Amino acid sequence: MSQPPAKVLRLSARGTTTRRGFLGGAALAAAALAVGCDNSVNMEAFLQHNFRELSKEELARIIARLEKEAAEKYHKQIHIGNEPPIQGVIFGYALDLSRCVGCRRCVHACVKENNQSREPEIQWIRVLEMDKEKGVDLEDANQYYNPDLVPQEGKFYMPVQCQQCRNPPCVKVCPVGATWQEKDGPVVVDYNWCIGCRYCMAACPYGARHFNWGEPSIPTADVNPVTHYLGNRPRPKGVVEKCTFCVQRTRKGLYPACVEICPVGARKFGNLADPKSEVRYVIENKRVFVLKGDLNTQPKFFYFYGV
Amino acid sequence: MRLSFRPLRLILEVGILSSCCLLLRAAPPEAPPAAASQDIQVAKPPFSEGIFPCSNCHDPKAMPPNPKRRPLEGMHADIELHHGETRWCLDCHDLMNRDKLHLVNGEKLDFTSSQYLCGQCHGDKFRDWKVGVHGKRTGSWNGQKLYYLCVNCHSPHSPHFKPLKPMPPPTPPEQIGAKKGTRP
Repeated sequence: MSQPPAKVLRLSARGTTTRRGFLGGAALAAAALAVGCDNSVNMEAFLQHNFRELSKEELARIIARLEKEAAEKYHKQIHIGNEPPIQGVIFGYALDLSRCVGCRRCVHACVKENNQSREPEIQWIRVLEMDKEKGVDLEDANQYYNPDLVPQEGKFYMPVQCQQCRNPPCVKVCPVGATWQEKDGPVVVDYNWCIGCRYCMAACPYGARHFNWGEPSIPTADVNPVTHYLGNRPRPKGVVEKCTFCVQRTRKGLYPACVEICPVGARKFGNLADPKSEVRYVIENKRVFVLKGDLNTQPKFFYFYGV
Repeated sequence: MRLSFRPLRLILEVGILSSCCLLLRAAPPEAPPAAASQDIQVAKPPFSEGIFPCSNCHDPKAMPPNPKRRPLEGMHADIELHHGETRWCLDCHDLMNRDKLHLVNGEKLDFTSSQYLCGQCHGDKFRDWKVGVHGKRTGSWNGQKLYYLCVNCHSPHSPHFKPLKPMPPPTPPEQIGAKKGTRP
């Protein structure tokens, strides 16, 4: 950052400082600092509005800027899309606890698809290992298990990611409105509007939100260039990120990456508003529960037992 | 005038209702699930390399079929059959046309329709597979899907799902500092 211009310094050299003079000086100094950055891109980013208030032209300009910044950082051309929700669709998810073997293929497919930072490490899915005898007991769950082979005798595995609540506590506590629930269901974050206060992380009962404590880094070859503004586009340091049901894929009709990779077919995804969808069949015909249902978060992520 | 119509209306109503009941009773059971009726796209069966078509070797003229139940020697000796107690090759593979499978009733099947063969015994799993609950589908949640066959995940000769090596766990909190070099 360059030195503040001399004009600002002269204001305080008047001898007596009045309140009005001080405030005026401060305002000028702030403006001069901003201009003094000598970087119109930073200024544009600084004055950028919330995603939900952007006009088409503004959004196109911002996306062009973000794509340029991402290309500079990762040495790769990155496309940032902004596909809107599909009419009449509410995304829902069902996970078969009787099938999951805890192999963590989903965790790493998600990291790859959604451009999560490799160092420092961020992972949106956590697979909990629990005792069959005790049942779902979060107090006694282990996410760091690493045997040679899974599933282990007497254990079962429960992947936990954003539950895309219909009554999301994270959205409620955000002081700036940087996170919200989209019309098709997923809770998303505007990474350029997030101030990094991490209230949402404290509010989320599922540990589903993750903070970029350091500058995210991804090897160039591993960067997924197909992204969405509200999903997997590269994030800056100091913002919160989370699962969006792979908004960049699902709004184009594809299954989320975790569904595609699951080697045991434990993950089911579809439109809750469509009575013929797989998820609706599961909800209507299988033993289903939601995680921490007593908190009235009303997840759109359902656990079930297929057998 | 109005009153005199009442009995007539009642008779009519009863008549309509009872005929409806009869119709309902006569109606066929529930229509088959969507997946069964659609022309579905299935994944490629997991053949060993170069083994299909089987008729390359199993030409009935060159190698007369031998229906005798016996342990295999030489070819296919590597196949360990752990599927029920009494199964053997020709319960599923067709004797006369080795490029096909066959159902219990003798109907021949392509290898790409093997789910019907498995479904003969595993009806509950087959029912769930048809509606997309058991098994895996990839592709599009609102469009064309690729259905994985039973045999894509379960080896038909030894169907129990094989354990996998898990991918690496997340870094435990006590090691994060060490990674960054701020802690010993």
